[in-house]
Amino acid sequence: MSLMTVENVGFSYGTGRKVLEDISFSVPKGANVGLVGESGSGKSTLLRLLLGLDSPQSGRILFDGAPLQARDRAYMRGYRKRVQAVFQDPYSSLNPAHRIRRIVTEPLRSLKVPGDHLAMAREAITSVGLTEDTLERFPHQFSGGQRQRIAIARAIVARPELVLADEAVSALDLSTRVRVVDLFREISERMTMIFVSHDMGVVAALCDQLIVLDRGRIVEAGETAAILRDPQHSYTKSLLASIPRMPEGA
Amino acid sequence: MSDLLTVRDLRLSTPDKVLVQDLSFSIAAGERFGLIGESGSGKSLTSLAVTGLLAPGLRAEGSVELAGTQVIGAPERRLVGLRGNAVATVFQEPLTALDPLMPLGRQIAGPVRRRLKREGAETSGAAVRAEVMALLEQVRMPDPARLIGAYPHEVSGGQRQRVAIAMALACRPRLLIADEPTTALDVTTQAEIVRLITSLVDELGIALLFISHDLAVVGQVAERVMVMRHGRAVESGPALQVLTQPQDDYTRNLVAAARRFDAALEGQG
Repeated sequence: MSLMTVENVGFSYGTGRKVLEDISFSVPKGANVGLVGESGSGKSTLLRLLLGLDSPQSGRILFDGAPLQARDRAYMRGYRKRVQAVFQDPYSSLNPAHRIRRIVTEPLRSLKVPGDHLAMAREAITSVGLTEDTLERFPHQFSGGQRQRIAIARAIVARPELVLADEAVSALDLSTRVRVVDLFREISERMTMIFVSHDMGVVAALCDQLIVLDRGRIVEAGETAAILRDPQHSYTKSLLASIPRMPEGA
Repeated sequence: MSDLLTVRDLRLSTPDKVLVQDLSFSIAAGERFGLIGESGSGKSLTSLAVTGLLAPGLRAEGSVELAGTQVIGAPERRLVGLRGNAVATVFQEPLTALDPLMPLGRQIAGPVRRRLKREGAETSGAAVRAEVMALLEQVRMPDPARLIGAYPHEVSGGQRQRVAIAMALACRPRLLIADEPTTALDVTTQAEIVRLITSLVDELGIALLFISHDLAVVGQVAERVMVMRHGRAVESGPALQVLTQPQDDYTRNLVAAARRFDAALEGQG
């Protein structure tokens, strides 16, 4: 059963050239899909469309079998309850003036989720590997990796069905990145995930399915393992060949 | 062979915090040296200390000897002579390193003219232009005749970084500092720029201080590396040795993390 279906989607800003052209893919429930592309690939625009921040000019996006209605406020409220996002920069995505408690419970308030919000926040914050006293502190008291865990707690607190992650580990140091990738992997076992990144290594470590974007088009899509083993498109091949690898032992 | 750069017991601090301490290393003429560190390790501060570009509030102690000149405590006048002549830097983000309102050719012409003057050579418009064209070809800039008149925003990130490298080389420095020069670039462009920097410093016999958080990239570039953490060196040695048989726990963790993503790419995630 497909949770998100993208059908022949095209998009351009103003009258400019096409940023996305004829994009089609589907994300089954429970899947963990990596969307890989370099700058200018259209991956950020595609993510905006999936978040309902913009609407495609051609084609359509279906969520759980029905068209995503980006301009319908009532629809989008329900959509946000089911679809949450984690962004790249944990320094700008958390309001510095608010306690973590207020930041993590924000989706529960704005989506009018019934129940004990503080208890839900406690559960979310411990499930990302932080302690409950985190909730009484402020963002500046945490490192980049911890802030990204807080952003993840906020994304999962309302128990969404789909998490969209936009370069969500790219700003993190290597040693932190490994641990946050592990956390995303754990979370992806509980919900559907679309992980957008320029970093093929991270996506290879995290996602079962892979979509490769180049200049607004999908050039290759399929099982991550199969694409890594035997890339078909010349762009995928050059992308894989360009990634610097660690030297082998003497 | 005497060392081009010798850093001894370097300590950098603000009134309430020590940022770098007990740091000693040296780079020989023509050597490619890699400085590895995560954010907050002090690696970029170290490079600023080498060029004497530390922010005024920072206190520097110890010794930084570059091409026979003591940088620490040196008057600005002496440092100006050192920059360009002995050392030039390529930074991470070429979009902020370049003047957005000046055509690329004119930006390269600046350091070219200063160097020709320094060498007592002819500085006519034609002589400078010929040198600018030669530099653009040296950094393998595609279509240099057209790009000479282009503005930074009109070219790609990789081409901007080529221009920044051309400006650094225009000075004919003996030490090139490259501070995360490929971090803002796409991976395909990164590979080209890494190859370009490595081959240029070898060709010209320039020593290289390559600063990066990316172990694999440093491994491709450097002959010797030093790993920094929280302002101290935790490990140093031949690049291959440090990256394949790390001794320090922190380095071991970093290497393991980098190898995990490599393994994932091989389908062993």
